[in-house]
Amino acid sequence: MPKRLLALLLVLPALAMILLFFIVPLAASIIGAFEVGDRFGLDNFAKSFDLYSSDMIFTLVIVAISTALIGIIAIAIGGYLTLGENPRAVAVLRWLYRWPMFIPFIVVGQVMRTFLAKNGLMNNVLISLGILTPLQTTGFLDWRGIVIAFVWKQTPFVTLLLAGAMASLDRSTIEAARNLGASRMRILIEIVLPQVAGTLLVGLILSFVTMMSVLSVPLMINAQSPTMLTADIAFRINAHGDYGVANALGMISLLLTAGVALIYLRHSVKERS
Amino acid sequence: MTARFDLWWLPRAVVLGLIAFIIFGPLTNLVLWTVAEKWYFPHMLPLEYGFSFWQRVFSSRGNAMSSLATSILIASLTVLVSLVLAIPAGYALSRLKLPFRGLILLAFLIPQAFPNLPVYVNIARFFYEIGLNGTITGVVLVHVTHGLVYAVWIATAAFAAVDVDLEEAARSIGAGPMRAFRDVTLPLAAPGLLASAIFVFLESLDEFTGSYFVGAPDVNTLPLLLYTAGAGGNYQIASITALLLLVPSIGFMLVVERFLRADVLSKVGH
Repeated sequence: MPKRLLALLLVLPALAMILLFFIVPLAASIIGAFEVGDRFGLDNFAKSFDLYSSDMIFTLVIVAISTALIGIIAIAIGGYLTLGENPRAVAVLRWLYRWPMFIPFIVVGQVMRTFLAKNGLMNNVLISLGILTPLQTTGFLDWRGIVIAFVWKQTPFVTLLLAGAMASLDRSTIEAARNLGASRMRILIEIVLPQVAGTLLVGLILSFVTMMSVLSVPLMINAQSPTMLTADIAFRINAHGDYGVANALGMISLLLTAGVALIYLRHSVKERS
Repeated sequence: MTARFDLWWLPRAVVLGLIAFIIFGPLTNLVLWTVAEKWYFPHMLPLEYGFSFWQRVFSSRGNAMSSLATSILIASLTVLVSLVLAIPAGYALSRLKLPFRGLILLAFLIPQAFPNLPVYVNIARFFYEIGLNGTITGVVLVHVTHGLVYAVWIATAAFAAVDVDLEEAARSIGAGPMRAFRDVTLPLAAPGLLASAIFVFLESLDEFTGSYFVGAPDVNTLPLLLYTAGAGGNYQIASITALLLLVPSIGFMLVVERFLRADVLSKVGH
């Protein structure tokens, strides 16, 4: 048997799984989005825009704000881990930041639902510190709750990638800039950041796609309107058995993500070649 | 010098304390809910503590034990199937000449790189027609597809980190290809494969969306139990379930670097 054929045979079963249980249903969802009864048409999309256009904007705004915040915080933490001068503070931060990384979204949803509620621990601590009075408290269980949950869960992942890339940089340019009297902020923005921009981009895009497809967090924190498209899709299926509109909404979220995913694929193909 | 040192610890302590509160505050809240018998506004801490909800969760009539068993069964089967698929694939991707190798590697990323909710909805419809909806097999198939990227990528990296010369040495003293693989390459790649198994196990244990569409209500995993308990307003049961899911995740976070050595990690995705 030629070696190439053997290699293909070894990979084939795993590839078949992806084809059968991801690509085929993905294609079914795209075809289903155009199915109206026995014919094809754009009715599902018309209905989707009619009912859920505010949720589309809501979804995009929430995910965009979360991605931006994740990027800023990851740069701040990664920058301190790389350029921080106090080894003890760096060690503490390194130990601290990664705790939420592997916590499942469903647990994050439950944790945040209790923590951010009007009578949650966050408000209770603020009250007992005298920062708020009981009458001033408000719950954060709306779009802010979703953003907080996303940022809390995804920042460690992006930071881990970013800090890893920063740690493997050549230290000599950093030391040279420092010897010339550049501030750490300036070193971070002008020397370190441009060199790790690719890694940051990959981390942020993966986070963006992940947040676009999380169902549990919007269901648990903010299921009433306006909500995220994932919650709408689940509602269309469970309450109406309406696969047409659900698939159309799915395709809209696919298109929103596709632009971002394309950037990623181009980047990683470029890296690979 | 010492004066400056002391001064700088003030902002440092404030910022680190704030980060600690942001990270551990919500987790503390969860733990408090698991032992709160009575807790209402505006009390900062529960009024009564106790383990009555733990008893209820773990009683023979409670469904947490059966959910836990179902979750562990599904996760174990997912690991088994993933490794059976990923070990040959990883070996081929790291050692043999493959056309379109980069594209094949990327193909395993597809389930992570697209929003998967529309896919699960349509898998559920398809499984319903062929009688796989609401079965363990159906849920395992969905979890394997989603976890394959970890299994294949880490297995590829693990085999790539094993020195080819060792395998060739075994071959030159007369071992067949299967024997050389089983006795030399596989044991050396084992730590990396173990790491990928843990990744896949956790991914399956924590998976909600696919189980929600394909498994519920017949296959009741821990995340589904957590969701229904929380939706019913039973925060104690939901928090106890959440804690059960939290412990393996955090445990893994603390030991992951011991399993994934730097030489394997640096080869992931290449």
